[in-house]
Amino acid sequence: MKYGIMVSEGPYTHQASDSAYFFTKAALDKGHEVFRVFFYHDGVNNGTRLTTPPQDDRHIVNRWADLAKEHDLDLVLCVAAAQRRGIADADESKRNGKDADNMQEGFRISGLGQLIEAGIQCDRMVVFGD
Amino acid sequence: MSSIKKLMYVNRKAPHGTVYALESLEVVLIGAAFDQDISLAFIDDGVYQIVKGQDPTDTGIKNFAPTYKALGDYDVKKMYVDKESLEERGLTQDDLMDLVWEDEDDDWAEKPSIHLVSRSELGDLLDDSDVLFNF
Repeated sequence: MKYGIMVSEGPYTHQASDSAYFFTKAALDKGHEVFRVFFYHDGVNNGTRLTTPPQDDRHIVNRWADLAKEHDLDLVLCVAAAQRRGIADADESKRNGKDADNMQEGFRISGLGQLIEAGIQCDRMVVFGD
Repeated sequence: MSSIKKLMYVNRKAPHGTVYALESLEVVLIGAAFDQDISLAFIDDGVYQIVKGQDPTDTGIKNFAPTYKALGDYDVKKMYVDKESLEERGLTQDDLMDLVWEDEDDDWAEKPSIHLVSRSELGDLLDDSDVLFNF
């Protein structure tokens, strides 16, 4: 089965990102394909490398990045949602005249078309949100 | 794209107070370019998104309600409103914006986009969709 995943909530405040992670990992472990994980709304906050949780807590951002590296997973942050919330890669930062960027390696920033494409391409689109 | 899928955007939250309605609308506008079979559902507090006469000026938030009126021009013609959600909130169709689309096969006649449906009918529509985007 080919899955598309959408994460609509930020890390730590809401369980959506945790649930999406466990679902994605389980699907991959079972041999399914995960076409893309698309982060929208506050979900884009799952992609900032400045995230620094206490050492005895899970590192949600790194956990996604590690999973992406292991499985060549496509982690996409919505550009419009990311701009609103101050999440930028080097290109976006430069384009918007900012003095810093904060996107975690392993993610990429792209448009909402990537979400629609996932819906069209995948056998199942699973939304994790509030 | 090789095949056309039935995409339904499910709106369950009030237009203001959270960003979900606005950002859902942004997905609908982008998604319109993909030539798929699009419909929108308004359920629970989501029905407030298309109430007429919205004026969020004093909140400092952009009034995006007029964008719903433009959806017809994006070939978004099917907007299903859960009748029971309306009734639970003391609303009727008269409280909703007049949303229409123009039928090019009928001399561009304006046709209503909003369809009031019962909860069970809406359930069937959700069931019949290939992809649900929940907001």
